[in-house]
Amino acid sequence: MKRYDLIIVGAGPSGLSAAIEAAKRGLKVVVFDENEKPGGQLFKQIHKFFGSREHRAKVRGFVIGRQLLEEADKAGVKVVLNATVIGLYQDKEVVVKTGDGVCHYKGDAIIIATGAAENMVTFPGWTLPGVIGAGAAQTMINMHGVLPGKRVLMLGSGNVGLVVSFQLMQCGCEVAALVDAAPRVGGYGVHAAKVARTGVPFYLSHTIVKAEGEEYVTGVTIAEIDKNFRFIEGTEKHFDVDTICLAVGLSPMSQLLKMAGCKMEDNPARGGQVPVCDEHGRTSLEGVFVAGDVSGIEEASSAMIEGCMAGIAAAEYLGYIEKEELEKEMVSLDVALDGLRQGMFAPKNRGKAIARTEEGIEISESLLQNGYVADDEIARFPGVMHKAGVHPVMECTQNIPCNPCQDACPRGCISIGENITSLPLVVDGAECINCGMCVASCSGQAIFLVDEDCGDGTATVTIPYEFLPLPETGTKGAALGRNGKKVCEAEVLGVKASKAFDKTNLLTMRVPKEYAMKARFFQTEQKGAGA
Amino acid sequence: MNTVNDRARDIGPFVPAADDDMLICRCEEITKGEIRKAVHEGMWTMTEIRRYLRTGMGLCQGQTCSRLVKGIVARELGISPAELEPATSRVPMRPIEMHIFANEKKEGETDE
Amino acid sequence: MADRIKEHPILGVPEKGKLVKFMFDGHEMEGCEGEPIAAALKAAGVNVHRYTKKEQKPRGIFCAIGRCTDCVMVVDGEPNVRTCITPLKAGMDVKTQYGVSEKPFEEQ
Repeated sequence: MKRYDLIIVGAGPSGLSAAIEAAKRGLKVVVFDENEKPGGQLFKQIHKFFGSREHRAKVRGFVIGRQLLEEADKAGVKVVLNATVIGLYQDKEVVVKTGDGVCHYKGDAIIIATGAAENMVTFPGWTLPGVIGAGAAQTMINMHGVLPGKRVLMLGSGNVGLVVSFQLMQCGCEVAALVDAAPRVGGYGVHAAKVARTGVPFYLSHTIVKAEGEEYVTGVTIAEIDKNFRFIEGTEKHFDVDTICLAVGLSPMSQLLKMAGCKMEDNPARGGQVPVCDEHGRTSLEGVFVAGDVSGIEEASSAMIEGCMAGIAAAEYLGYIEKEELEKEMVSLDVALDGLRQGMFAPKNRGKAIARTEEGIEISESLLQNGYVADDEIARFPGVMHKAGVHPVMECTQNIPCNPCQDACPRGCISIGENITSLPLVVDGAECINCGMCVASCSGQAIFLVDEDCGDGTATVTIPYEFLPLPETGTKGAALGRNGKKVCEAEVLGVKASKAFDKTNLLTMRVPKEYAMKARFFQTEQKGAGA
Repeated sequence: MNTVNDRARDIGPFVPAADDDMLICRCEEITKGEIRKAVHEGMWTMTEIRRYLRTGMGLCQGQTCSRLVKGIVARELGISPAELEPATSRVPMRPIEMHIFANEKKEGETDE
Repeated sequence: MADRIKEHPILGVPEKGKLVKFMFDGHEMEGCEGEPIAAALKAAGVNVHRYTKKEQKPRGIFCAIGRCTDCVMVVDGEPNVRTCITPLKAGMDVKTQYGVSEKPFEEQ
């Protein structure tokens, strides 16, 4: 039987991070992944990541995927693809299916980084072709370049539902509605806001009554639900759609660990059946470690840190490094992970209704119920202020661990401060040079450059714009408000694209000056986001 | 024995519901009503349900429905899904053809 | 119904394999070599991959990553092939699956 120092199951963000750290410390590492391509879900993530520089913030997921693969290659990690681990036995033996046979391997240490599977909900018609997982939609558009349909209804307002809705629009699909049974938007407000301002209606406290169609989805009916999840009669709404996307959460894929005899627990805060493990991924079985979503649903940034931890812990377990080095490394990783686990969406705050930001500002109710901050709420946030000349307006209204905007401004106009979850504010006295770096660097697309009064009765608003085709200078159209409804006429003054902006184009539009603080999206005459 | 499996407990009669024909296990085409009925016929654990109805025994091996089935069984038993032991995990974790499963390669033969 | 992405605002022009011909239920179709069979079918407007054994209901792509097995079809005579993770090759013979057969139920 072939032996490795360390066998890792899963070549996603956590598995690759673990492999890199372990291989760098001298371990002979192999990573098995059942998929044709490595990277787990990273290559489907085309948005810029949150966090700070150490978490690879403002880098798009697929770019992080490429970086990890390069690092793994450099470190001498062997990644075996199309290799399905079908069993994990005691004494750290794995059975792997490759090609037309199976093979046994023995690892002195094992890291399980199998990730998660999508949850599903049932409703009449949920087995019809055209009802798909949000992950499926993402796979089809971002991996294979094929649209799942033309008109989509998204169920689920968590980050997956919000991000995939936006991605569907980016490749030309229309999102007819975003629906969630919960009374409040589950994901980041900034993700919701960038979907809402393109005109997608949000239906909270609603769910699917039925999918319609004989051979394929031709429509869907939703209705409002009461506190007991019962449909309220007379609230039905119908949409002609050809696709229904389900984004209703993830469950850890922990079956291998259970099979090997790891102590397991059902922990709703972690997403279901998870191995009992310590903060660095050690399970109840000596030499078996876990990292990433399999040990509790979070996101890719924290999965990468957990991977590093497990890789280093495995190196120490096998005696490749001393305990002192382990402890030293873990201090900085603990800090990095802790940084990501702060703010309103931190695991510890899951399920809690938060009324005020860390700064003591009342949070936007409209954002939670409709997906956008209402016009009469926006002014109370510190990033939104009035000034003569061009200045950044940061519509960042929730405490999330993210700070690239602070580093983006060459003039130091933007400050978040020590606490990574603080809301950004405009620094007094610093002068904006209208370079647009802040707009492009905001992973939440929540920063706008506004000149509230150009002196001729008009104002200019620069928005992040990640759609095609790019409107030409002089194009006339509609400025949409945060709610996605037309507020006024607008004219495109130009679209700036630069390598430094990393595909986030900066569209500047001219609007009547009374709409300077309302106009937040541009639409040409035809209907449809970005069209 | 874990108290949720105390068969002396009265879980009441099977009461038909409007959504009993909802398909839950997509592979083996098992409905919510069949699962609920099975609980009242004495199948109180996920393993029993699996063997009795074949939920989660089809091509996908319960990837899609196991969480749904667990929720239905737990509700019928009047407990939280977390209290219900999941079905046994065993090799093979993914569907595999017998001729491949039986084709054991010698070390190193497959990957280098 | 569905379409291919010609240019993506973030990913640019998708990198695809060369166009190849394959058969779907006896009709000649085109797809990109190496893409999942399911992607080629989707781009060609095919949504129903199979009809279930018990209730004879249509199914298509559901998870697109090889987990749910809803998209299985008869490929080159072999049933239960997960089309969402099986790369398309020139000349493949792809058939709608009825239960576990390529024969429609009335012929079974």
